[in-house]
Amino acid sequence: MKVRIKFRKQGVMKFIGHLDVMRYFQKAIRRADIDIAYTEGFSPHMILSFAAPLGVGLTSNGEYADIMLKTPISSAEAVRRLNDVMVEGMEIVSFREIPDEKASNAMSLVAEADYTVIFREGMEPPAGWEEKLLAFYEKPSILVTKKTKKSEREMDLKPLIYALSVSDGKIFMTLSTGSTDNIKPELVMEAFCREIGYDLPAFALLINREEVYAEGHVSLEDLGKDIG
Amino acid sequence: MRKLALRDEILLSIEKPARYIGNEVNAVMKSRDVDIRFAMCFPDVYEIGMSHLGIQILYDMFNKREDTWCERVYSPWTDLDAVMHKEHIPLFALESQDPIKDFDFLGITIQYEMCYTNILQILDLSGIPMMAVDRTWDDPIVIGGGPCAYNPEPLADFFDIFYIGEGEVVYDELLELFKKAKKEGWNRETFLRQASHIAGIYVPSLYKVSYHEDGTIAAFEPIYDDVPKTVEKQIVMDVTNASYPKTPVVPFIKCTQDRVVLEIQRGCIRGCRFCQAGMIYRPTRERDLAMLKEYAYAMLKSTGHEEISLSSLSSSDYSDLAGIVNFLIDEFEKTGVNISLPSLRIDAFSLDVMSKVQDIKKSSLTFAPEAGSQRLRNVINKGLTEEVILDGAGKAFDGGWNKVKLYFMLGLPTETEDDMKDIAHLADKIARRYYEIPKDQRNGKCQITVSTSFFVPKPFTPFQWVPMNNRDEFLGKAKIVNQEVKDQLNRKSIKYNWHEADVTVLEGILARGDRRLAPAILRAYEKGALYDAWGENFKYSRWSEAFDEFHLDPAFYTERERSYEEILPWDFIRIGVTKKFLWKEWERAQKEEVTKNCRAGCSGCGASVFGGGVCYEGKN
Repeated sequence: MKVRIKFRKQGVMKFIGHLDVMRYFQKAIRRADIDIAYTEGFSPHMILSFAAPLGVGLTSNGEYADIMLKTPISSAEAVRRLNDVMVEGMEIVSFREIPDEKASNAMSLVAEADYTVIFREGMEPPAGWEEKLLAFYEKPSILVTKKTKKSEREMDLKPLIYALSVSDGKIFMTLSTGSTDNIKPELVMEAFCREIGYDLPAFALLINREEVYAEGHVSLEDLGKDIG
Repeated sequence: MRKLALRDEILLSIEKPARYIGNEVNAVMKSRDVDIRFAMCFPDVYEIGMSHLGIQILYDMFNKREDTWCERVYSPWTDLDAVMHKEHIPLFALESQDPIKDFDFLGITIQYEMCYTNILQILDLSGIPMMAVDRTWDDPIVIGGGPCAYNPEPLADFFDIFYIGEGEVVYDELLELFKKAKKEGWNRETFLRQASHIAGIYVPSLYKVSYHEDGTIAAFEPIYDDVPKTVEKQIVMDVTNASYPKTPVVPFIKCTQDRVVLEIQRGCIRGCRFCQAGMIYRPTRERDLAMLKEYAYAMLKSTGHEEISLSSLSSSDYSDLAGIVNFLIDEFEKTGVNISLPSLRIDAFSLDVMSKVQDIKKSSLTFAPEAGSQRLRNVINKGLTEEVILDGAGKAFDGGWNKVKLYFMLGLPTETEDDMKDIAHLADKIARRYYEIPKDQRNGKCQITVSTSFFVPKPFTPFQWVPMNNRDEFLGKAKIVNQEVKDQLNRKSIKYNWHEADVTVLEGILARGDRRLAPAILRAYEKGALYDAWGENFKYSRWSEAFDEFHLDPAFYTERERSYEEILPWDFIRIGVTKKFLWKEWERAQKEEVTKNCRAGCSGCGASVFGGGVCYEGKN
């Protein structure tokens, strides 16, 4: 049975990188006695894969891992057992069955993600930046230079920002995510600050991922159903 | 949510911030208002320190006490070290993130000589006075333990207390004494004086040393009549019922030891004459199989580790090796747990077991003949013959292995050029054995890796009196071996590596050093020496300048032959094994006479005074 786990990564856990989160989950699944399936071969490993890696320094309320179970277990029981072996900052939100087909993999489904962004205290741009940000988002195109390992290319962010709003100094945005057009909130904020001539200090942004969606704005969690 | 000692900006701009945040699975959180705050330190980087079993044992043992909260601290890596110095951020413990200076105790395990400057870094960053004499009750009591505490003298000025032996034994007594001292308002000196009465506790400030004109020790004596003249090593005799962690801390980042470790026994019956561990941990004591099974289940369950390993100095000497190994395979292999079996002698049994738990194509077999010739192996009492090595390698090759690692030492006492060249010859013979297998049945070429380290004479070994080679002699010997390897028929199948010579010389100075070295260690630290065990950070010039400044001659410590009569800096420590026995062993070494292992026949080393272990096997 194929299962999707949704979890939160908060507090000091933001300093744990993606590969170490994977290792953490392998051990957590063992501690919780979840009967997971292994690959065949001389050195079998857990059938466990993660959606959209989260950068070090970011927190999240919507992280996902897909696993294959050997023995089914109820969602309530699995969530309880896993939460019993979590460290502070990691919390299992749901544990749901998903269709048993290759196309249902979280990693390949990821299309967009919601983020909230705030400036660290004392690192905000000069007063009135909220209006400027909305005006920035209203522009017909937002050209940035995206650097990759091999080259630099100019791209238009505008069609890849699906939503952007701001209230009480808190910015909310929905961005294209996944293997084709992966846009990070830092990229949007850097472009904005450049536009208004604000020199954005390093580590000025506190970013929380709120949710990850498949095509059509369906959250990855909603693609699964609770196991009774 | 806990508040971290380091700001986000710092943590996000240094390597591996996970080293400094705590919060790991099984890390122990308690209330700050316990009676005793104990900071346990391994003075090296997190990934090394977290791999150390001894700390996990003591961490668990202390935290079983309701009145004590034991936390961990490791050496900040050089990137964070610079930030902490610049911003005056005090060193903190991982769990509470509180400054180390506010703790009652700072316990430092001293596992190798090359960490001495890291110890000073810990004190420095904590804001604890480097010199013990400058400390007050505002500072923690700084305790050292571990193998290097068996010659604590070079570090005597920096520590309040050394604990000689295994931590499980007298710590409770020491902590109770501390509580009494606090309750009754003793001064720090009174506490240390009382602590010196506890067996195994050495308070260096309560002893004075005088020297002969030639620099050797004239007298080593306590300052007060009530302070014991000798310090007796403390060891656990009932290892089966000793405290052992069922819930070891599980690091987030990959560490050297990322697995459950089952310590099956302490001590070693072999008596190799160069080996300090083989003497100081005598007598050999085994854990009961039933206990090991119980802990294997509990530790795998509480950690979620996907690998389990046995730990001991020589696993093949464990009486019921088949029992424990078969249990691990039968019980855990099917649950996807890897089984790792280090320090096994290569024989039919171990090859059979290894073929079950490893991928033969990827794994290599390790032999540690330590010396190239049978003559020199007899000198060092390494009871491994060429026949056994070739037979083991042959069986392994027939079983499908084609990678072999061989470990040797250069600079052993009585070594001749022939002994050195025999290292290359032995490697070649192993390769020849491989190529005896018909071409269509073997797995390509064989890969034989020969590694040599340079021999450092250690305290409490039969070689504690012998001169050590200097840098040029060491490198000359490596060159001879390298040339001889190149002259072998199978040179293309043999790869030769040798160790750094400078760092070995420093290890030699510190290993058999005395109190007069302390100012030079401090000066080397001030000159930037840190992480000396890490090649990239090591500069011998910092040390040689520091020795010069204090008019210390490194050769006095390394290249000088000591006499039986000389008072050695560590002679006041009693390890059970007698000085007389060690000297007798040195004489036998010179006659190339082999001494039996403890099970084959008792040699009367003196360790039977502990009243148990292998000395009394089958005598109940």
